[in-house]
Amino acid sequence: MGQKLLLKNIDVPGIRYYQAYRENGGYNNAAKALKMTTDEILEEVKTSGLRGRGGAGFPTGMKWSFLAKPEGIPRHLVVNADESEPGTFKDRFLMEFIPHLLIEGMLISSFCLGSNASYIYIRGEYAWVAEILEEAIDEARENGWLGKNIQGSGFDCEIYVQRGGGAYICGEETALLESLEGKRGNPRIKPPFPAVKGLWGRPTVVNNVETIAAVVPIIEIGGEAYSKIGVGRSTGTKLISACGNINKPGVYEIDMTITVEEFIYSDEYCGGIPNGKRLKACIPGGSSVPIVPANLLLKTIDGKPRYMNYESLSDGGFQSGTMMGSGGFIVLDEDQDVVYHTYTLARFYRHESCGQCSPCREGTGWMEKILKRIHEGQGKMSDIDLLWDIQRKIEGNTICPLGDAAAWPVAAAIRHFRDEFEWHVLNPEECLTRNYGLAHYADPIELKEEPAN
Amino acid sequence: MEIQFSEATQKRVEKIIARYPEGKQKSALLPVLHVAQEEFGGWLDVPHLDYVAKVLGILPVEVYEVASFYTMFNLNPVGKYVLEVCQTGPCMLNGSDKIIEHIKQKLNIKEGETSADGLFTLKPAECLGACGYAPMMQLGKTYREFLTIEKVDELLEELKNLA
Repeated sequence: MGQKLLLKNIDVPGIRYYQAYRENGGYNNAAKALKMTTDEILEEVKTSGLRGRGGAGFPTGMKWSFLAKPEGIPRHLVVNADESEPGTFKDRFLMEFIPHLLIEGMLISSFCLGSNASYIYIRGEYAWVAEILEEAIDEARENGWLGKNIQGSGFDCEIYVQRGGGAYICGEETALLESLEGKRGNPRIKPPFPAVKGLWGRPTVVNNVETIAAVVPIIEIGGEAYSKIGVGRSTGTKLISACGNINKPGVYEIDMTITVEEFIYSDEYCGGIPNGKRLKACIPGGSSVPIVPANLLLKTIDGKPRYMNYESLSDGGFQSGTMMGSGGFIVLDEDQDVVYHTYTLARFYRHESCGQCSPCREGTGWMEKILKRIHEGQGKMSDIDLLWDIQRKIEGNTICPLGDAAAWPVAAAIRHFRDEFEWHVLNPEECLTRNYGLAHYADPIELKEEPAN
Repeated sequence: MEIQFSEATQKRVEKIIARYPEGKQKSALLPVLHVAQEEFGGWLDVPHLDYVAKVLGILPVEVYEVASFYTMFNLNPVGKYVLEVCQTGPCMLNGSDKIIEHIKQKLNIKEGETSADGLFTLKPAECLGACGYAPMMQLGKTYREFLTIEKVDELLEELKNLA
């Protein structure tokens, strides 16, 4: 049983509301933080080793220390709740069931960063979650945790919830800020970074929901103790949202010391694969991270067990590893079609490309069309190389990471499942009636050479 | 008919605008578009967008470019109930194709179309953040999760009776 920090009280009845949250120690850490200096709080966050939980894994303390503090210009904290990465639904779970944890984390963070008006940018479709947050904000204000002179500290803070309009791109921090300013979600060119010029040109910190919630236990147990949970640079706990072909889909808090095998098969977590089917492939960190076949998921290329943490999941780089990403864990059983699955992801990225950079705007649509025809038995052998070529030309050639995010799933699918693509081309009729199946994807394999540019 | 927010809605809009610093009322655009879409029958025509521009004191084009960028704003008429069925990876793994196909047959419509009685629009959607509760659809402000053919039938019946 791993240590729980964020979800330890999730089963307490009524924890969604202020009373139960407060009775279980809620807002004690905010009270504690308001008596500390802002430098002391920053130091605790730095010491904790907390890394951004939105997907990039950037150290939070470092991000905070970059915040410019020019005289007379307001600063802002913006929480990124635009959770839209396929496979990811952990922030929704936190906000829906324990909203005060986010509010408390925002209060502490806003105090540390000097933000008197902080915003939660939540994806528009989570309409009812936005309402839950607004209720929680009202409760917090009624009890003196928001508003003027909070708990006699002299610190003023308001939190506002803003719903987006259904655009994945707004999870990219500069697109989010554009959207919050009432514009199209077109990512900005960096620099300047939001820490210098963010919301309305003011210094801004943008952090994921889970990151800000994790500030609460860091204040509670101290940065030092937090950094001792987990391994190496994967400190603390991580929420994993598990889905796909598993017995127990849902959100799990792990301490990053368990193996991937345990996570999939143990009854404490995913509970194995339904109907006794075998594992074929997995995307462990949200749709943009590389898909890996069963053999490379459970063991690294050196034959060591793979663990659920940042370093172990990326062991082997993109050749044989993948990424922790946002923690959206998608499991595919032996009856799933990798070509079709990749096609749905390509369609997603084409739909969500903002259209600003031509490699992404044109490339995502092109990849979608090619994948569709391969899936429908209309593909040619040369299409596979063409796909490879297109994704190479998108990667790294766009303003924001959406281009990479669209390229990687296609690249990884071809890298590891090339023979399944070929089978679709060679069996145009059979592929309409049955899937390629498990094939050799659970057998030990040797590292393949990357095709030349 | 003159396009205008009701008094209660006008108050709501003023409260939204007050969240932002002075002169930054354009930031209220997305929230106000959501309010307008609710108020004006589920979709936004050009006069509605012009009205929102007037309320916020910005140019109509600033509203058009935003309203057309975000998927949630309907710029064409929709049925009373919009069935937004997720079809991305994780939902596909759990059979979203069958759900979409069933709705198409049952209502005799194609994707993006509205049923003859004007009640239902089918709008296949990309990932809605409910991957662990797949297959699913968004219906107004709520999600309907762990869908089956039977549940969809029940839902359609229920909505027909409500209408």
